[in-house]
Amino acid sequence: MAASSEAQSSAPSVSLWNDPKKRALIYQAIVMIALIIVAAYIINNTAANLEKRGIASGFGFLQSPAGFDVGMSPFLKYDAAKATHGTVLTVGILNTLLVAFTGIVIATVLGFIMGVLRLSSNWLVSKLAYLYVEITRNIPLLLQLLFWYFAVLGTLPSKRDSISIFDLFFLNIEGLFGPLPIPQDGFWMVGMGLIVAIVAVIFIKKWAQKRQDETGQPFPVFWVSLALLIALPLIGAAIAGFPLEFEHPQQNRFGLRGGMIILPEFAALVLGLSLYTAGFIAEIVRAGIQAISRGQTEAAYALGVKPGITMRLIIIPQALRVIVPPLTSQYLNLTKNSSLAVAIGGAEIVAIFAGTSLNQAGQAIEIIAITMAFYLTVSLLISMFMNWYNRKIALVER
Amino acid sequence: MVLKSILTAAAAATAALTIAGAANAGILDDVKKKGHLQCGVNTGLTGFSAPNDKGKWEGFDVDFCRAMSAAIFGDADKVKYTPLTSKERFTALQSGEIDVLARNTTWTFTRDVNLGLEFIGNNYVDGQGFMIRKDLGVKSAKELDGASVCIQTGTTTELNLADFFRSNNMKFKSVVFEKADEIRAAYDAGRCDVYTTDRSGLAAQRSLLKKPDDHVVLPEVVSKEPLGPVVRHGQSEWGDVARWTLFALIVAEELGVTSANVDQMKSSKNPEVLRLLGVEGKMGEQLGVRQDWAYQIVKSVGNYGEIYERHVGVNTPLKLERGLNAQWTKGGLLYAPPFR
Ligand SMILES: N[C@@H](CCC(=O)N[C@@H](CS)C(=O)NCC(=O)O)C(=O)O
Repeated sequence: MAASSEAQSSAPSVSLWNDPKKRALIYQAIVMIALIIVAAYIINNTAANLEKRGIASGFGFLQSPAGFDVGMSPFLKYDAAKATHGTVLTVGILNTLLVAFTGIVIATVLGFIMGVLRLSSNWLVSKLAYLYVEITRNIPLLLQLLFWYFAVLGTLPSKRDSISIFDLFFLNIEGLFGPLPIPQDGFWMVGMGLIVAIVAVIFIKKWAQKRQDETGQPFPVFWVSLALLIALPLIGAAIAGFPLEFEHPQQNRFGLRGGMIILPEFAALVLGLSLYTAGFIAEIVRAGIQAISRGQTEAAYALGVKPGITMRLIIIPQALRVIVPPLTSQYLNLTKNSSLAVAIGGAEIVAIFAGTSLNQAGQAIEIIAITMAFYLTVSLLISMFMNWYNRKIALVER
Repeated sequence: MVLKSILTAAAAATAALTIAGAANAGILDDVKKKGHLQCGVNTGLTGFSAPNDKGKWEGFDVDFCRAMSAAIFGDADKVKYTPLTSKERFTALQSGEIDVLARNTTWTFTRDVNLGLEFIGNNYVDGQGFMIRKDLGVKSAKELDGASVCIQTGTTTELNLADFFRSNNMKFKSVVFEKADEIRAAYDAGRCDVYTTDRSGLAAQRSLLKKPDDHVVLPEVVSKEPLGPVVRHGQSEWGDVARWTLFALIVAEELGVTSANVDQMKSSKNPEVLRLLGVEGKMGEQLGVRQDWAYQIVKSVGNYGEIYERHVGVNTPLKLERGLNAQWTKGGLLYAPPFR
């Protein structure tokens, strides 16, 4: 390597064109310039055409009133009288994130269970898991969503005979209704309790690790943490005199109104997305576990390690290295697939912003650009997080 | 590899240039050249535009496309249909995917001014109504406080709905869908109490419910919905073809020219009839279409009244009276400028 470059530099100077390195540079510069020209041309042309056809452009529409209602807005009080297209965008983003987050959590849990069951030595269990995987992976997601939506709608009772669960929760075709907790004065005590608990958990985890390293004594970190996380906020609440009131749904002429509600559209969307993605995750998990050599298990057993601990501390951590990269792309898929909500009356970004706002404000280019930027950002964030996690669990060579 | 990307870039640049070029040529010439009219219609709204059991598109709006095709080609069947949801329709027109949009579209300020569209007139004057299950015992839209309402996204409907409830100090919950048949399924399943849209649309959807007689359309009409065909902004010649096709349909009815008597009418004593049917004058030529354009329209599609009665009138499942859509001489709003 070094010898050859020396040989080159001492050689008589070659023309620019005959030096492969310089030639490549020239090529790249030409391509770059061509790209910039094309991009400038397209942008310019688009703007001119929009103007000629009398189509409004710019981002001012984000401040102009939207004038329509969105079906669901759990985080933000949406008032059709005041909302702008900017509000619609915010609601769309929040709803998409909610769907993606819930979907990812459910799909991961279900996918891991199915993947492990698929390897079960029990014939029936393993075949059932196999059936699940094949069905969910091989039917188009859109069909599954429509199926769940209309199956959910079809099986839910009508509004006049809602199913009551302890008189607290009510289920009917308009959704699952329940009491909405409304924090009162002094609720900060509960938050305090939670923060103290979290700090305590971090310390306990460190301390337990150290103690185990030094003395070999295990400590039930998980259970102690769980207890702390529940007990401390509760104590805070008790001191403040339980500063929480509930708004219960009320019956009116048309049905139950108020309180907290899970809409059938949202339920069907999350259900459909998670069941579908869990099928893929199950396969990834199965492949990950099978990639770990059988000798690992045998070695652990030979040392007298119990099967549960073998799985948890020896097999899974190694399998995760195989599992995490493909898992990331499943998370990205789920997030992007949430845009299929348009088919079943969901209210995420594509339905309400890239759909309704686009139609009402008519600014297709701006709106699609914003929507794409959003998906790109979320996808990159998920990838970044998963890459970080992947590095964290990667094999540390000592 | 590098060379390939240069070539791709060059190809892209040429493509962009060609697109810019095409946008400048007249649509009428394009349509004549390609030999068919690309018409944007409903994805399926009985009576207005829906494929029949042989897969052929039929309906009130479809017949407008067929009338244009008859005027241009002397053949009403030279139309290709692009079914569009309310959400997709304007983008399809703006991008040039379709030549004309005939899809119960309301003429509003924003659409006309901001969206780069040109409304060429009204072929159906309508208003927004509410449909509800009879057994709920609701008699007026003012009693709908707290109701859940099924609507179609990308419509004037969703805007009017918010306005109506707001001005009456009432609350509602909306359940929003993209396609008419999804709304119908959800409404039929009882997901929402109320279905709201243009009253003509309600009549069409009601006729397809499991038990149409269990549902009523409430008396209130809460908006003005002047529906009509649309073309792209800045295409005035093409707009003229569409506009005068509509006027020809209306005037033919006014003058008593029908598909049955159009041949006799060619020897009528009324000069306006003679001008309309192209026996006298050069109107077709001036419009850039066939000289006998209006004759072809009436011969193959009928006049406005015939189209109305065939698809949405009292003898169809939609059972719509002429009402505001009667000729101005009969107390309606149908009024076309003179053919001279
Ligand atoms: N006139 C209103 C509403 C038009 C509209 O989309 N109506 C619905 C409900 S009647 C429809 O035609 N749906 C049929 C479809 O989606 O194909 C507008 O222009 O915004």
